Amino acid sequence: MAKKISILIVDDEESVRDSLYNWFIDDGYAVECAESAKKALSMLEVKDFDIILADIKMPGMDGLEMHKRIKTLNKEPIFIVMTAFASVDTAVQALKNGAYDYVTKPFDPDDLSHLIRNATTQIVLKAENEHLKNKISSLVDVEDLIGESEALGMVLKEVESVAQSNSSVIITGESGTGKELVARAIHANSSRKYFPLISVHCGALTESLLESELFGHEKGAFTGATFNRKGRFEMADGGTIFLDEIATISPKMQIELLRVLESKTFVRVGGNKEMSSDFRVICATNRDLKSMVKNGTFREDLYYRLNVVNIQIPPLRERIEDIPRLVNHFIRKYCTSMSKDLISIEPAALKHLEEFEFPGNVRELENMIERAIVIGNGKEIRLKDLPMGKEVSNSSIESLDDLEKKHIAMILNKYGWNISRSAKALNVDRVTLYNKIRKYELKMDE
Amino acid sequence: MEKQNITIILGGHFEKDVLRMVSEDITREFHYPVIQQAGNFDLSGYYHPGRRQYDANGILKEVSEISTPGSIKTMGLFRVDLFIPILTYIFGQAVLNGNTGIVSLFRMKNELYGLPQNNNLLIERFRKVVIHELGHTFGLIHCQYPNCVMRSSTYVEDIDQKKNFFCKNCQEELNRKRGLEMMIG
Ligand SMILES: [Zn+2]
Ligand SMILES: [Zn+2]
Repeated sequence: MAKKISILIVDDEESVRDSLYNWFIDDGYAVECAESAKKALSMLEVKDFDIILADIKMPGMDGLEMHKRIKTLNKEPIFIVMTAFASVDTAVQALKNGAYDYVTKPFDPDDLSHLIRNATTQIVLKAENEHLKNKISSLVDVEDLIGESEALGMVLKEVESVAQSNSSVIITGESGTGKELVARAIHANSSRKYFPLISVHCGALTESLLESELFGHEKGAFTGATFNRKGRFEMADGGTIFLDEIATISPKMQIELLRVLESKTFVRVGGNKEMSSDFRVICATNRDLKSMVKNGTFREDLYYRLNVVNIQIPPLRERIEDIPRLVNHFIRKYCTSMSKDLISIEPAALKHLEEFEFPGNVRELENMIERAIVIGNGKEIRLKDLPMGKEVSNSSIESLDDLEKKHIAMILNKYGWNISRSAKALNVDRVTLYNKIRKYELKMDE
Repeated sequence: MEKQNITIILGGHFEKDVLRMVSEDITREFHYPVIQQAGNFDLSGYYHPGRRQYDANGILKEVSEISTPGSIKTMGLFRVDLFIPILTYIFGQAVLNGNTGIVSLFRMKNELYGLPQNNNLLIERFRKVVIHELGHTFGLIHCQYPNCVMRSSTYVEDIDQKKNFFCKNCQEELNRKRGLEMMIG
């Protein structure tokens, strides 16, 4: 923002002026205060303000009268009135006279920042040339989306072409291929990049949890909801919402989601106020949605609404040429984060990686490198630092069960025995994992 | 004169581990040693029975009047529900370019929002808001960068979106402001 947005606060109560002054100063606005309408009008004669926030009830001239006089000065600031509960009627009158909005004291911090942000957007839009906003020169790098293969190149090209639009995108690919990274790349290269990218892992939540997660809830909506909670759609306002594992949502949620996508409005659980949010939606799945539509488990109308653009991420085994580059990248990443000197990789180990199938794709490769750095000699990654290197040398004496037991124990320890995350990494459900833990009598390390 | 430091004043019980993490965060981000000091507050005078909350402006003022030798900034840490007259609640507040700030973890608790209790998340939120409010005392204003600790957050979920450190811009701005403060003395 080139010029600071200026706000004038008009209120006879000093504590109100001070609180609001501090609040807006923190936000980077240029703020001034007046203790009466008369004072405000005299300030306005010599100076313009973008936004005026005025109390409706003040001794002497009230907020309504002040608004009328400002209009005769031929100035058009955004005028917001503040009111106590008792005088909402007067506030409505102010709206009829052309006030931008009103807020009731005390304000919810979120409502206040929302209100001012909307007002600011309006001011900026008015002043700014549209083309400035769309000036994004080249594709912003997204960490970890690494490689020069043709297959990845196509993905990046699609990211670039779709980023600038507002279209819904479905990202498909096996687990571990980096669907969330692609979503992040789209967001980071869009005009929404200064607003949040909100991720929701639909598969991890029950229907009712997902509902309150997406739409938020009002206090008292259910036992334990002592205060209001913002939903993910609200948080994504101005930005992007990323719905991972979209194929797992229930038929009821499919209908609700469709409705939100169509209207961009929703109601918090237990609430009645209609909220609106300006978001872009990106989904991801490792399932075949089309066949789910065919067999009736996924709504066709929702499918078409989401699937405006489809980006398919190739599995790692179809872009082997990227493996050396990825290995280097992960070595750099983990050596740096563990404050170790950069290490190299033994040619035999690299060759082995290039021949491996990687059912868990890039994530599996990343895990292997991280582990190899932890257990290795600190100079280079050797064949024996890689789990499959060991497998090969020991397979004649170890049974498949032994290997499974070891692998599960390794993953569990890696994720600190967090069952959900371990199950996800192993690509099995939690029940299966629990059964395996029981079967192999695995226990947490002391 | 004592070595310059940032003082945290305890306005409630906090576990050693939490205080250690908070102190480490502060030293990492602001490059000052941290000194802890017990608060001995009587908060009952700030209690507003109608709102069942505590007046943050009054508490901030009291914290600012506590003597803290060698301290360039003072942060009060609390566990009670804070409000300022115009807002329904706050996580914390600080004087922009001032010496004092306060933070309370009360509204950061998952349980208040119908979610399972999560102590780690609570501490994470608390640490972020401490850095955020201290950032204000060094003159930093809110940042647009989504992950930056100086991004404004009005809901706990907003806090979760950000990290507990400064983005590059804020870092540079902070260095500039710190440089100025050191020159002035
Ligand atoms: Zn702030
Ligand atoms: Zn920042």
